[in-house]
Amino acid sequence: MERVPVLSLGDALLVSIQVDLQDNTVLALQEDLAERIVSTGARGVLIDISAVDIVDSFIGRMFASIAALSRLLDAETVVVGMRPAVAITLVELGLSLDGVRTALDVERGMKILRALSDRRGLPVADELDDDLVPVAEGGGPAAGA
Amino acid sequence: MAQADGGRVQALLRSEDKVLRRWVEAAETPLRGRLTTGELERTCSDLLAVLGEAVAGGGLDVTSAAYAGARGFLAELSRDWARRGFSPSETASAVFALKDALFAAADEDGEGGESGGDLATVLESSRWVDALGLVTFESFARAREQVISEQAEQLLELTTPVVKLWEGVVAVPLIGTLDSARTQIVMEKLLQTLVDTGSEHAIIDITGVPAVDTEVAQHLLKTVVAARLMGAECTISGIRPQIAQTIVMLGIEFGDITTKSTLADALLHAMRGTGVEVVRRRTGSR
Amino acid sequence: MTTSTGVEELPIRTGDDVVRVRQLVRARAQEVRLSLVDQTKLVTAASELARNTLVHGGSGTATVETLTRDGRSGIRAVFADEGPGIPDVDQALTPGWTSGSGLGLGLSGARKLVDEFAIDTAVGRGTTVTVVKWTR
Repeated sequence: MERVPVLSLGDALLVSIQVDLQDNTVLALQEDLAERIVSTGARGVLIDISAVDIVDSFIGRMFASIAALSRLLDAETVVVGMRPAVAITLVELGLSLDGVRTALDVERGMKILRALSDRRGLPVADELDDDLVPVAEGGGPAAGA
Repeated sequence: MAQADGGRVQALLRSEDKVLRRWVEAAETPLRGRLTTGELERTCSDLLAVLGEAVAGGGLDVTSAAYAGARGFLAELSRDWARRGFSPSETASAVFALKDALFAAADEDGEGGESGGDLATVLESSRWVDALGLVTFESFARAREQVISEQAEQLLELTTPVVKLWEGVVAVPLIGTLDSARTQIVMEKLLQTLVDTGSEHAIIDITGVPAVDTEVAQHLLKTVVAARLMGAECTISGIRPQIAQTIVMLGIEFGDITTKSTLADALLHAMRGTGVEVVRRRTGSR
Repeated sequence: MTTSTGVEELPIRTGDDVVRVRQLVRARAQEVRLSLVDQTKLVTAASELARNTLVHGGSGTATVETLTRDGRSGIRAVFADEGPGIPDVDQALTPGWTSGSGLGLGLSGARKLVDEFAIDTAVGRGTTVTVVKWTR
């Protein structure tokens, strides 16, 4: 059984699927990702499927599962590069991949992840006024400070 | 017909010169001199030679493999003559004229000849020539159909351009009645354009569409969902009141799909989505 | 009149076999020049059905052939197993109904992706699913 390599890219993990996915490969990838998110502290997962020519219900379910489990581990998942024929087939199949973020390509996927992490990250000092506000739980300015 | 081994017809064809002369005579009348006698003679003579071989190999069954050459000849003849302005019935008549020649030959042989000159011979050769004539008719129809389907395809290409409206915004303005097949092709083209141009916004403008049925509405809906799966946003603009009525009456759930009343509004919406803000310059400020 | 040519049969015993079935169906669909979207739909349906054969039937075979009818070409794929069979076919064809392991889109989804769909099953005898996709 082939394993899909998981690359670390800054605070994100990049998975580029280049092989014909067998069910066991899919399950192994799911496990690998969960472990790697925790061990690297990644905040985002990018799954590039631009080379994938079919996504059936099993593979589709993997995307949804990875998105759900990464969210539990405080990371966001973006599926990028889905081919038009694959998208049309998935819709026909009745699979809408609720809860999975998508983007046209890796570059745009990274942009989404960056925007998400900016939003929840600590405010950068030069964005704030001179009088610094104490930071409370959740990243925002403490209420009633 | 199956039991006919073509023996009688073969015997008639043996007196080749006589048959050829009579055939050319009979065929000339319907063609009204638009083909020179020499040319017609050459064509008939070539065809007769091919038919002779075919009968020897495959009897009178024009669908048999031995007739491949003859069928090809007739198809080519039909195409060539059609190009020169002959109607399909004129071409077929020229082939049917072979009957005159064969009947005359059978009549002559009648007095003790080997073909017998009887009703059976006439019937047999008549059926055979009919089948040959129909081959020319069929190839004519097939050539026509091909032209029609090619034109239909070209028309589809012409009537459904996918255009780029702004960096990252593509649109397809749909015009005319939409059927399921056409909608499907247009939608595939739109989604492919998103990939090819790296656009994150698509607009389907249906201002020029008088009505939609359930199936077409479903296709539009599926396209929007498919675009979303690919990481793009799709807006539908120009929904006419009647179409809105249809959609509601048919109970089709458009859900959270963005709709805009005009293509201009949809473009503005898409541009905002890409981070562009359009502002009006204040007049008279200088 | 429908004529059939080039019958090929593959065993379905492992997950790798499912991938091989997909590749065979894809190659044959390209041969008859199905459009890219139709190819994708057919291969996806084949993938669902091959997985069903493996998971529910234990093992089985996939047979792929090329059809011609009235100048159109098509691909027929037959998935056969000698497993436990399906007790309630109508229920199994309901979108969302699942025998437990999946999303319940296998059979019902495959049916939506092809032009012709037939299922022959009996408890204790096994299941045979036949699908056909024609060129447009």
